[in-house]
Amino acid sequence: MSGDAFITETTIDGAADGPLADRTVAVKDNISTEGVRTTCGSEMLADYVPPYDATVVERLKGAGATLVGKTNMDEFGMGTTTETSAFGPTTNPVDESRVPGGSSGGSAAAVAAGEADAALGSDTGGSVRCPAAFCGVVGIKPTYGLVSRYGLVAYANSLEQIGPLAPTVEEAAEVLEVIAGPDERDATTREAGADANYASAADGDVDGLSIGVPTELIEGADERVVETFEDALADLEAQGAETHEVALPSVETAVQAYYVIAISEASSNLARFDGVRYGPGADVEGNWNESFARVREEGFGDEVKRRVLLGTYALSAGYHDKYYAKAQDARAWLKRDFDEALAEADVLASPTMPVLPFELGENLDDPLRMYLADANTVPVNLANLPAISVPAGRADGLPVGLQLIGPAFGERAIIRAASAVEG
Amino acid sequence: MSETPVDPDEVRHVADLARIDLKEDEVDRFAVQFSEVLSYFDALDDVPEVDAEAELVNVMRDDEVHEGLTQTEALQNAPESEDGYFKGPNVS
Repeated sequence: MSGDAFITETTIDGAADGPLADRTVAVKDNISTEGVRTTCGSEMLADYVPPYDATVVERLKGAGATLVGKTNMDEFGMGTTTETSAFGPTTNPVDESRVPGGSSGGSAAAVAAGEADAALGSDTGGSVRCPAAFCGVVGIKPTYGLVSRYGLVAYANSLEQIGPLAPTVEEAAEVLEVIAGPDERDATTREAGADANYASAADGDVDGLSIGVPTELIEGADERVVETFEDALADLEAQGAETHEVALPSVETAVQAYYVIAISEASSNLARFDGVRYGPGADVEGNWNESFARVREEGFGDEVKRRVLLGTYALSAGYHDKYYAKAQDARAWLKRDFDEALAEADVLASPTMPVLPFELGENLDDPLRMYLADANTVPVNLANLPAISVPAGRADGLPVGLQLIGPAFGERAIIRAASAVEG
Repeated sequence: MSETPVDPDEVRHVADLARIDLKEDEVDRFAVQFSEVLSYFDALDDVPEVDAEAELVNVMRDDEVHEGLTQTEALQNAPESEDGYFKGPNVS
């Protein structure tokens, strides 16, 4: 194997038979694997070895999959390029001068380079769909509650879901089928969608399908992206789908709401990294607070510090109503908009990313520009809906992803529509 | 530029609350970046109030004893332990 998609390479055999018996699967390094270090792309967990498996890992093993390694990622899932990993960036197999997208960039790169048949990522604001789009593979962000988060190192609990990446829609759906379903160890999982046969939905039949296209998610996108997207839509129309414009005015504040909620939850979740139960010990004189602060200065990278501090600020006295409470209003507004749009359409379609893959290093010092790249993916997490990114073609030799969004637990609809895009 | 300027003292105060030491150059850099990001968040002021009907249900399970981690497993990642306990720095 070539190297920079993985932080740790390994071979863990699954059960002798099962639906994934002949498959290799790579797992993002924020998903716990018993006996294999799980770093979250951070110095803080560089030597952390979980004593248990995440539920999704148990299910992969039970389905016969062979786990081939833990993939590189933006530190704690915070990034859009996989450049904030403490273990160095991953490059895009399609064009090695470019980023693979983030934060599940290692997972997408492993699949795109043929180093794994499929991979798991986690999607908090687009972290499965973005690298799928940039690397030219398929990525699914399931409905919130379909897949257990037990054993996923939490960044922003109310937004994140584990999802599969694979070369084709059908293969991604096969992995989703294995990992989906309720888990008594994660009380946010639901019964809905548990026994659905997702792979069988990838039949390419979109005759009569109604596709809503939110105008707000097209405006502002790179022209080359829009052109590729519109060609793919025209192809779906030729296959019998019907398209119409829909309005989602609330997406104007989705990125702001997403970041306020994500950083607020992050500031709370990452309080557990104190260097006592795990992490680097502080070799310093001083009391607990001083030692705690020193460990975190050394263990966290720039983007993590930025988000934990901004989250602490947003939740601090005097600012809670201005930022956090308003972000929750924006989230409710967005859910209502999506409900209305999906009342008039089976699925919604947009470009996954409004831009082509960035050059390595292009945006590292400009957090705001980076955050804006997430404009088309974060609304889906805020509304707890399922979405898939499927390759729509190339522009200037670079992959462009098409995103399909469905109603809650409407995975079969987006899988069916996405399989027609492939065809 | 920003309608919400953040001065270096505010960054230090928040860093203190979050228990993260910062170097001086980090304080200055974050002050500039925080001003930009927070002024961008000001757009949330225009969000209308929307009635959110949360469909919340309690998720209960039987209070049964399950096997958990052993003491050795629980301690295996700790930088320091003593007599089966985590060992941390002084609290005061």
